[in-house]
Amino acid sequence: MDFFNDKHVEAAKDLLYKMADDQLIIGHRNSEWTGLGPILEEDIAFSSMAQDKLGQSEHLYNLLHELGEADADTVAFTRNEKQFHCCHLVELPIGEYDFSLIRHFLFDMAEAIRFEMLVDSSYENLARLARKFKGEIKYHTMHANTWVQQLANGNEESKARMQSALNMAWPLALGIFEPGQHESVLAEATIFAGEAALQEKWTAEITALITKAGLTIPNDATPVYGGRTGTHTPHLQPLLDEMTEVYSIDPSADW
Amino acid sequence: MVKILQTKYTENDIRTCLKEVKDPEIPPISIVDLGIVTKINVSESNDVHVTLTPTFAGCPALKIMEELVKARLEKEEALGKITVETSFETTWTTDLISEEGREALLKHGLAPPKQNVGYMELDVLSDTPCPFCSSRNTTLKSPFGPTLCRSLHYCNNCLQAFEGFKPV
Repeated sequence: MDFFNDKHVEAAKDLLYKMADDQLIIGHRNSEWTGLGPILEEDIAFSSMAQDKLGQSEHLYNLLHELGEADADTVAFTRNEKQFHCCHLVELPIGEYDFSLIRHFLFDMAEAIRFEMLVDSSYENLARLARKFKGEIKYHTMHANTWVQQLANGNEESKARMQSALNMAWPLALGIFEPGQHESVLAEATIFAGEAALQEKWTAEITALITKAGLTIPNDATPVYGGRTGTHTPHLQPLLDEMTEVYSIDPSADW
Repeated sequence: MVKILQTKYTENDIRTCLKEVKDPEIPPISIVDLGIVTKINVSESNDVHVTLTPTFAGCPALKIMEELVKARLEKEEALGKITVETSFETTWTTDLISEEGREALLKHGLAPPKQNVGYMELDVLSDTPCPFCSSRNTTLKSPFGPTLCRSLHYCNNCLQAFEGFKPV
């Protein structure tokens, strides 16, 4: 990666870590629906999305490995919560289906736009992944958008549940866009246009969908920050303990 | 020791060998017809380097396919060093599936993906032709099926549930 100077490498690592960690953790949460989905198709949908996310996170960790970090398994399975850069939205337990659905709706729209923006990144290896991932994630946003529209226009209970899940998830979703320390470096090097630019596009897209569904965006929400710098909810460490249980017993386990 | 070459393999020879390597999740289709073999280099001394591109980033068959490629080529005694790598340099899309591959999917009861859909069109899944009766009067039941590359549909004409290969 000779076009990178040290500043660029640090900035790229920071970007990759938060993306990969978000994917790994939401992927793990999605997998918790396996066997429990409200209907069989939803069970399969959340399990498939989990598989996509875990696969995508692995390839992002591989890029980190190219930049000098440890290999994907070591990075994914041996860090403690303070070393994770995921936002709080992805680490919360799955709750009821309404919360998981709204979280998936808000998060995947942000990811879809992030990958779309990264398609033209000067960091070619990341741009390649973005080109691949955006073709996959369109099915995630399609899934989320279809169900949110249906349930928001279902009966009174389904509409009320969608609205209350949105009220809860919204400030957390704003935490996806917590500004990093390297925003200007990333933008100047045309690696990534930045969280603010992403949030602007996301707000436009998501507002249109929420309005179409007849739901209301909560007023004056305060974004929940901290995840990007290693401050997490009490829910992350137990997730990591469970996720890494096999690896901790036998790091060479294979199947 | 000087290695005596009985045959100098061409890229096409290797491709013919790889036609015998099947997708572990959809056995009727070869990895060549699936379009994931993106580069084949054969050196003067018959060393072979094969580049594969993933269908889906989370495809669990990826590592297996690398091993199957290696195992198939190792049967060719005149070949030298065999290396296989996976790279995202070429982005796989369902347009890379060959005509033969599309027919194999159909025979397997899987609706072949529509072509040239680009990335953003999603209504392409809505009237997927039924692999059993060819009717387009079909409904998408879910964009997620038994493997990452398949979707679930229902044919309103012959009243059959069927799977489609998702266009990406």
